[in-house]
Amino acid sequence: MARVTTGITSSHIPALGAAMQTGKDRDDYWGPVFAGYDAIREWIKKPGNMPDVIVLVYNDHASAFDMNIIPTFAIGCGESFKPADEGWGPRPVPDVQGHPDLAWHIAQSLILDDFDMCIFNQMDVDHGCTVPLSMMFGDVKEWPCKVIPLPVNVVTYPPPSGARCFALGDSIKAAVESFPEDLNVHVWGTGGMSHQLQGPRAGLINKEFDLDFIERLINDPEDLAKMPHIDYLREAGSEGIELVMWLIMRGALGDKVKELYNFYHIPASNTALGALILQPEETAGEALNPQRVLSGHSLEAAE
Amino acid sequence: MPRTRLYSLDELDDIPGTKVFNARRSREAYHLHKFCMSLMKAENREAFKADERTYLDQFKMTEDQKQAVLDRDLAKLIELGGNMYFLVKIASTDGWSAQKAVSSMSGMSADEYAQMMLEGGRSPEGLRSKKEAK
Ligand SMILES: [Fe+2]
Repeated sequence: MARVTTGITSSHIPALGAAMQTGKDRDDYWGPVFAGYDAIREWIKKPGNMPDVIVLVYNDHASAFDMNIIPTFAIGCGESFKPADEGWGPRPVPDVQGHPDLAWHIAQSLILDDFDMCIFNQMDVDHGCTVPLSMMFGDVKEWPCKVIPLPVNVVTYPPPSGARCFALGDSIKAAVESFPEDLNVHVWGTGGMSHQLQGPRAGLINKEFDLDFIERLINDPEDLAKMPHIDYLREAGSEGIELVMWLIMRGALGDKVKELYNFYHIPASNTALGALILQPEETAGEALNPQRVLSGHSLEAAE
Repeated sequence: MPRTRLYSLDELDDIPGTKVFNARRSREAYHLHKFCMSLMKAENREAFKADERTYLDQFKMTEDQKQAVLDRDLAKLIELGGNMYFLVKIASTDGWSAQKAVSSMSGMSADEYAQMMLEGGRSPEGLRSKKEAK
């Protein structure tokens, strides 16, 4: 039987990919960010930790889903997906290899659970999908596992509610657990944390909100899922709404989780960055050492 | 059937300095965004750079939108319905970093903005609601 063993969250901003590409990932600015991810890169290579398949929850940033089609929840059932050209040429990373059998199984299972999924086979994946892979696996010739892209609309209002995202995660868990093959499946929730990319309020960062969000995501996600979009906008900035996608990851892990790793950093370009490794409590492994890392401006106490 | 909704769409207009990308804005910027999406192909980026005005005239954008593109006035383009994820294709075509593009709307210089981010970013204090902002 396939199992969701792990939930991971990560930023997916293009600047991280650009830093790797231009060899700036160890400079004064980006060094602390990549140092925070080194622990995850080491962890994921250890026996038992490497996933067979990742259900990668992200949002398309007007790359594949322009104004012609805006699916709320979509799932990639194709064999492979190419990196999108977002205006500066495609990211020079390997094609993403899908897992059509598991993807179709999840798709039909979700639809039976009342989620009206949009199914796609051919689609280019943008930085939302490929940057987290680069952050976890580094500069590689082939990605070390299969990936099922699961894009969520958080660009055109209204996006799906937190509660709906949380419930979707729970249905993904049930779908995975009814797949007969023995597979180690991760669910990744990407994007965030607080950031605003527009207007005179651009550059908004809310450390208190972010750290509280992480805490509630781990310990009281059902209550957190009730938070309306307007609160994300007020507290975490217009693009901070990406955080609803983290609730899909959390919903896929069941009631109680163990926090294996918790990294928070300010700033990464225009954003605050959070990266977590969580596992269902019953089957959780050892926490990383150190378990919690705050870096950059986040070292200073929240006001 | 009774319905419970977490918020009304009108509430989305209550945040200072923030245009939430709703259906009306999506409609208003449809052709502007078609232009932005066209910049995802290398040959189109070349054609645009070679003669911006002629390239823009292929799209059913408003004159204000065309002028704001020529001026690289991203703040204006947001006012005219644009959304940053589309507009950033113009910035990328120009070789701007995302931070430079975003800072151009913030009323600060790129250096001032970068410094603000290093110091922990912009605080949400006073910026959560138009009622709380002066
Ligand atoms: Fe994003």
